[in-house]
Amino acid sequence: MNSDVTDFASLAPAYPEMLLAVGAIVLLLVGVAINKERSLLVSYGAVLLLLIVAAIVLFAPAEGVLFNGVFIADSFARFMKVIVLAGAAFSLMLALPHAEENGTHKFEYSILALLATLGMMAMVSANDLMSLYIGLELQSLAAYVLAAIKRDDPRATEAGLKYFVLGALSSGMLLYGASLIYGFTGHTNLQEIVIAIAAEGRSIGLIFGVVFLLAGVAFKISAVPFHMWTPDVYEGASTPVTAFFATAPKVAAMALMVRLVMDTFQGITHDWQQIVIFLSIASMVLAAFAAIGQKSIKRLIAYSSIGHVGFALVGLASGTQVGVEGVAIYMAIYVAMNIGLFACILSLRSDAGYVETIQDFAGAAQTRPFVAAIMAIIMFSLIGMPPLAGFFAKWHAFLAAIDAQLYLLAVIGVLASAVSAFYYLRIVKVMYFDEPVHRFEAVPAELTIIMAVSGLFVVTYYFTVGGPLASFAHVAAGSLF
Amino acid sequence: MTLPLFFFYVFSAIAVASAVMVVAARNPVHAVLFLILVFFNAAGLFMLAGAEFLSLILIVVYVGAVAVLFLFVVMMLDVDFASLRSGMLQYAPIGVVVGLVLLIELLLVAGSFVVSPEVASASVLPINNGVDNTKALGLVLYTRYVFLFQGAGAVLLVAMIGAIVLTLRHRPNVKRQDPVKQVARRASETMEVVKVKSGQGL
Repeated sequence: MNSDVTDFASLAPAYPEMLLAVGAIVLLLVGVAINKERSLLVSYGAVLLLLIVAAIVLFAPAEGVLFNGVFIADSFARFMKVIVLAGAAFSLMLALPHAEENGTHKFEYSILALLATLGMMAMVSANDLMSLYIGLELQSLAAYVLAAIKRDDPRATEAGLKYFVLGALSSGMLLYGASLIYGFTGHTNLQEIVIAIAAEGRSIGLIFGVVFLLAGVAFKISAVPFHMWTPDVYEGASTPVTAFFATAPKVAAMALMVRLVMDTFQGITHDWQQIVIFLSIASMVLAAFAAIGQKSIKRLIAYSSIGHVGFALVGLASGTQVGVEGVAIYMAIYVAMNIGLFACILSLRSDAGYVETIQDFAGAAQTRPFVAAIMAIIMFSLIGMPPLAGFFAKWHAFLAAIDAQLYLLAVIGVLASAVSAFYYLRIVKVMYFDEPVHRFEAVPAELTIIMAVSGLFVVTYYFTVGGPLASFAHVAAGSLF
Repeated sequence: MTLPLFFFYVFSAIAVASAVMVVAARNPVHAVLFLILVFFNAAGLFMLAGAEFLSLILIVVYVGAVAVLFLFVVMMLDVDFASLRSGMLQYAPIGVVVGLVLLIELLLVAGSFVVSPEVASASVLPINNGVDNTKALGLVLYTRYVFLFQGAGAVLLVAMIGAIVLTLRHRPNVKRQDPVKQVARRASETMEVVKVKSGQGL
């Protein structure tokens, strides 16, 4: 019956997803066949697979709508997929050293991360409420297991359970919203919904549906007031898993949010704009003040990521092409900074274990000057100091808001950014001006490379990757308008 | 009285009677067995309505998996069902209210087909009387909905891997079945034919 899949070549836009799915299953079989607790073949194979898929997305693009309209591959999806895949690949690399201690030594860790990434790609390419939900659920279900993968640690188990229960709640809200939208427009296909909204205008039922749907997605990007799970899950899960959570899934959910509001609900911009502005202000302000009191570094990063989602939403709130460009660039830089940040945290490991509290960083500049320097650079970049990458991320987002005459939003953003400088700079102060407490062990080579790459990205952003990234983002944003 | 009508009354009468017994049975194992009987009769009703796929799925999933799971839970967990049932009559009014709400909802849904019969044909996949529903599902599952079907498969795969990775523990010193060893065993290694003279024994 009327399928648009006529031959193998017609599947070209979905090649990356197919390769990732088949690769994940093959690696699963390899892992089972080797039958050992730790399999380096699977771990490295997973990283390699992600990089190959990213290369295919980047260099062999095929665009189009497939599978009777449930799947779309456009420039925007390509841009976001490259960031998702790179984020996932680097966070899997972060899990390689000391895997035994982190609970990431099981080969299932890599497989679940690959399948979660597959779900994220489906989210980014979703063109139907059904495929949107399938992708979201594939990503979330794998993430719940990943959170609890260190199953003998009560904190990790608690994190997994908490994530699961709250995630199920948010999925319920999202599905309820989707059912209302389907009921009031008569379509699940996002393009058909655009046409239906244009023809029939906004109805109160549709607005309800949009609110519930956006609440479900806001949970996934952990925007305030749907952020409660983030600090607990980030703190409980083992650090490489937290690195995974803080990067790739955020980008995928943000891409989904952008596609929904910019494309599907473009006819009711004024309605969703209020929601996004509220989410943005609440996230920025709450994160800036709540992070000040944190002692645990992972809780601090959780609040920091909530704040950064708020800054990215500033760009989205404008509802313009420049705004989408800003969000795209923001997410790319956000991922690069977070990967570097987690590499620093994972490389500061003393005989007492990994650094847990901010005081554990004391004197790192004397014992581990390279790590401390990269960490300080990333902290300055997270604040948004020129000429580091984080400055340009915020620059693009705020510029879009000012273009759209959302002056108040931009002002609140800059003020929140200034407040957030306090807790970022406190880490720098502890590293450089406090007396050393711990003797840190030697840094694994993988982490040194990742830190160097991330540091280089952040410092030389304006002169190297900034230009190509901005033009790629421009093309990507253009495909939504 | 036509034959389908006769079977409809047979199936529904047994279904309602055994549904009452599910709640009223003293022995929880009996209650689960009555529940299985309800499922079988509901499957018969589906079959009469022409939904043969749903009917068989009901037997496979509910009787084959869910009911057996219930039976496991009832038999393995030490739950005091007598005390659970103590307040049953007290809660009966609430049950009646919930039943009424369900009845009204059913009437509303059924009413929509009476008020505007064209609703059913406006759906994405309108009902085609020429094709039975197993075939109708087969026609779209791997063509129109292949992406969603495979995606759902991936979700189930994740659920399976997750359940194993979070719960399976390889304990040492546990006696396990080794099928290879079992199959490789020969009669000559394990059996010995002994001639025993009558009246002497071994």
